[in-house]
Amino acid sequence: MKITVNGVAVEIRNDALPAVLEDLGYADKKVATAVNEDFVPAAARDRVTLQPGDRLEIVTPRQGG
Amino acid sequence: MPRFYGVEVPSRLMLGTAHYPSPAILADAFRRSGAGIATVSLRREADGGQAGADFWALVRQLGVRVLPNTAGCHSVCEAVTTAEMARELFDTPWIKLEVIGHADTLQPDPFGLLEAARILSDDGFQVFPYTTEDAVLADRLLQAGCEVLMPWGAPIGTGLGLTNVYGLRTLRAQFPEVPMIVDAGLGLPSQAAMAMEMGVDAVLLNTAVAKAGDPAAMAEGFARGVEAGRLAYLADPMEPRDMATPSTPVIGKAFLA
Repeated sequence: MKITVNGVAVEIRNDALPAVLEDLGYADKKVATAVNEDFVPAAARDRVTLQPGDRLEIVTPRQGG
Repeated sequence: MPRFYGVEVPSRLMLGTAHYPSPAILADAFRRSGAGIATVSLRREADGGQAGADFWALVRQLGVRVLPNTAGCHSVCEAVTTAEMARELFDTPWIKLEVIGHADTLQPDPFGLLEAARILSDDGFQVFPYTTEDAVLADRLLQAGCEVLMPWGAPIGTGLGLTNVYGLRTLRAQFPEVPMIVDAGLGLPSQAAMAMEMGVDAVLLNTAVAKAGDPAAMAEGFARGVEAGRLAYLADPMEPRDMATPSTPVIGKAFLA
């Protein structure tokens, strides 16, 4: 199914959020996530199943002022 | 040294981490500045998280406390969600709360800022509100749970210095016990010194150091400016006066006319 990851349309094989993160290469990375603009804590990712058209945001530490 | 939310910080100079020419120069600037707090952000990742991992490793090497920001957020929802992600990512309740109200000036949206500050404070965040020098807004932010005020010196990235000295002095006078950090707009160490001479507790800047020809040297310059300004404040400066008064005693002067 197709979802949007960080603003880009992506075809995903799995619908469980942890599996999606693993498929996208973030399995062992320091990231924070939000689905459809709602924060999803790491401890709650197991309970999130993505639906077609969902918007997934994945962010990492970056430079800031 | 100042305390923010019960944490004593080792320096009155706080630095951002953006725009440096290289990671090595960033690290050098932090070393020479003595800054104990680094502002950081969080952004979308496109390469599987490697850039974020590299940056995080660099920050950890600096041995500083991080202050995540909500830079670029223009709405309450956006700022709150970003803060929630930042708290998890950086493992700190501290958040530099930016809710931008105007694209050109990057002036804080006072209404959104207050609402977001209340939501986040109620949720256990320790909010550093990037605000204007408006004393009424400051009072509301304190009522909303903020224990620190962070008024701008000038719009972000301009290097204009303290554009409303009267407003900052008034804010300091109205809230003498509240930890206050002048954030944004500083371009030169003398401007940091001026802020410190007013009695603010710390200054936070980024672009003035990162965009200098020699960022590490400028970082040290700011550190010295902050120290000079703080010393001057503690030393109880003289009152300016309009008429000249001789520094050298007149009594005993040779009569040579």
